[in-house]
Amino acid sequence: MSHYVQTQHEHDQDPLEGRTALITGSPSFHQVTEMVAAPIDNPNKAWWLFFMASLSLLGVFGISLAWLLWEGVGIWGHNNPVMWAWPIVNFVFWVGIGHAGTLISAILFLFRQKWRTSINRAAEAMTIFAVICALMFPTIHIGRVWVIYWALPIPNQMQMWPNFRSPLLWDVFAVSTYFTVSLLFWYVGLIPDLATMRDRAKTRIRQVAYGVFALGWRGSHRHWVNYESAYLLLAAMATPLVLSVHSIVSFDFAVSQLPGWHTTIFPPYFVAGAIFSGFGMVLTLLIPLRKWFGLTQIITIKHLENMAKIILLTGCIVGYAYALEFFIAWYSGNPLETFAFVNRAFGDYSWAYWIMWSCNVITPQFIWSKSIRRNPAALFVLSIFVNIGMWFERFVIVVTSLHHDFLPSSWDYFTPTMWDWSTLIGSFGLFFTLFCLFARYLPAIAISEVKGVMPQASPHFGGHKSHRPASGPSRAATPSSHGRSGVMDSVHDEDDAPDSSSASAKVVVTGGAAVARDRSAEDDADVPTRVEPPRAKAEEPAKAEPAKAEPAKAEEPAKAEPAKAEEPAKAEPAKAEPVKAEEPAKAEPVKAEEPAKAEPAKAEEPAKAEPAKAEESAKAEEPAKDEAAKVDADFLFAPPKPKDEGPSGSKE
Amino acid sequence: MAKRPKTYGLLAEYENSADLYHACERVRDAGYAAWDAHTPFPVHGLEKAMGLRPSIVPWIVCVMGFSGAALGFALQYWASTIAYPLIISAKPYNSYPAFVPVTFELGILLGSFGAVFGMFGLNKLPQLYHSLFNSSRFPRFSDDRFFISIEARDPKYDPERTRRLLESTGATAVEEVED
Repeated sequence: MSHYVQTQHEHDQDPLEGRTALITGSPSFHQVTEMVAAPIDNPNKAWWLFFMASLSLLGVFGISLAWLLWEGVGIWGHNNPVMWAWPIVNFVFWVGIGHAGTLISAILFLFRQKWRTSINRAAEAMTIFAVICALMFPTIHIGRVWVIYWALPIPNQMQMWPNFRSPLLWDVFAVSTYFTVSLLFWYVGLIPDLATMRDRAKTRIRQVAYGVFALGWRGSHRHWVNYESAYLLLAAMATPLVLSVHSIVSFDFAVSQLPGWHTTIFPPYFVAGAIFSGFGMVLTLLIPLRKWFGLTQIITIKHLENMAKIILLTGCIVGYAYALEFFIAWYSGNPLETFAFVNRAFGDYSWAYWIMWSCNVITPQFIWSKSIRRNPAALFVLSIFVNIGMWFERFVIVVTSLHHDFLPSSWDYFTPTMWDWSTLIGSFGLFFTLFCLFARYLPAIAISEVKGVMPQASPHFGGHKSHRPASGPSRAATPSSHGRSGVMDSVHDEDDAPDSSSASAKVVVTGGAAVARDRSAEDDADVPTRVEPPRAKAEEPAKAEPAKAEPAKAEEPAKAEPAKAEEPAKAEPAKAEPVKAEEPAKAEPVKAEEPAKAEPAKAEEPAKAEPAKAEESAKAEEPAKDEAAKVDADFLFAPPKPKDEGPSGSKE
Repeated sequence: MAKRPKTYGLLAEYENSADLYHACERVRDAGYAAWDAHTPFPVHGLEKAMGLRPSIVPWIVCVMGFSGAALGFALQYWASTIAYPLIISAKPYNSYPAFVPVTFELGILLGSFGAVFGMFGLNKLPQLYHSLFNSSRFPRFSDDRFFISIEARDPKYDPERTRRLLESTGATAVEEVED
């Protein structure tokens, strides 16, 4: 039960948590809905431009696949030692990108990172589209695409079953499970927002289209209870899943007995790399999206900064893994392993290796600079480097380990053909086309989740009224509620107010805005008079008790803490003898920001203290009064740490 | 036979989650059973104000998850030892350590199906028609308004008294919804 004098950025602070608000500009719920839905109603030129470009690339992909199916995998640059080459590089690249979405939606959800709500929808969509791209590559890599179903355990006329001991088959299960679970997770999160789109649709077609997929959602709290439980469990299951998927992808390499692949560090190294590249791609997509779609209030600099920090962390882990691979190659004393790594860094593909190092390890180091990680343009450029670097990482792993195999006579150099390039570039067309369609027709921000983390979402916003306890005569009169008494009684636990009857619940206000409002209405001078020196100085005898206190003031603390009613009353300044003039003046600048507290310990202090001279204290009051003038009564009850909240996250 | 439109119940509209929270406590204490709150986002702790039991989705997920894992292992065991026994890399037919990844993935997959479709089942979704959609105010539940609906089939429902109760809880509007 404390309030404080808010000084700066009061509209960018969450008044309940006292942290920088996640959504800047304090929009209303309706404004959030409109902000997210507006670009869906009116696509802008940038969207059309980008969509057309993506569609052209998708055309390139289509042509590449058609030619591949007609002609066969010979159109690619594979050769005998380098049989995996391009498609597997691209597969691992896309699967890696697909990891940020589920990381954001699941792992950050479990860690209660509320900032995820602004970016999770787009990141999850990105995940799904990236996994679609990823699944294309092993499929086309097998050459005879029409028998891809052999990878699935389907009863067939050949009486054959897949080999479950192969990491490649584990991959089939891991990636398809990942795709399915990501899709479900994304769809479940979309349902409330689809209902929002349905309810604000202006055309019948939209109403029906959104309505069918919204499943008739009506925001029922009985539904929300199951919904939230399901969402939490999906997050809990998706977390080990996302870690397992890239671990299993790394088993494709690590379980084989090839120098450069056969290392135990691969699973964590791949997972860190996946998160790194995934966040890189999220930044690449979201920085233009927030600009073009007018979402800068929801996806703030703070969000970009947080993602940049994750990129920095995972970039460092990746760099550590590169170094460790080398160390182990030397430390193992295995000549083949040592050769593989020396060849990687200084052999035919050393150019690729050092591109990988500079993009993945050196580029992220710029994020240490605060001005860079809060600069969207710089982050965008940086994210492109991360994407390039991570593609090269997979290229280095796949190609350098293969091109010099155990038999020097079969060594060869892999060069991609035009069709290799067109397939890779075309896959970006597929990815961006899907993402454009998503941004065009579906809310790119999780509207209901964003509303849920806004300060006014909490029932405590606008004054912490005492919740009515479930017990009492009214419940005794209703037999139907007895069965639920256990649940009901627990309501009481989170109330910090003592029991109060239903009639008085409206009247007795135990703290927060309403008290502050009463107080400022009665007498402006009262707020500064309650300001006290910090505890560290409490032993000093002098106290700035104002001389012109009014009887009404004595009742203010009484309202807040009935038990302590008499102690402040004892400190009536009328009886006071002035002792030291300087001390209150010294304490004054600190006092102005110190939250006033009606705690017992402090309430007694005025009683013991020797009040200052009347004129001095009147002078000391003035700056404090200025502060009080700024007070917005609705924001008065924020927690007592205004000073710690710098301008971070508030500027755009 | 032209039927007179029946009443589904009363729908009360609230400005913010705090008002809704306290109104839910009042409705709960008045002993209603067939009622609900409708909000644009899950209001934290509202299930306590409504006196709802915790969800049983976790049990569905638990059962489905373990069945998925069991099914996954059974599939691999059966395929590798009974249906198509082949010695691969000198490993035994039942090389169970190699079966762990697929077992795990199928456990997650079926557990997720349990979470999503279990939630749909418990919520009786999809339900594309609902009487509440007859109200012209109601669509704002998905934007910025908070509602309480009390159904006419509730034994304690009385058009007048229920309306008075809702009005006394600070509702900005109370209306009757046709079935």
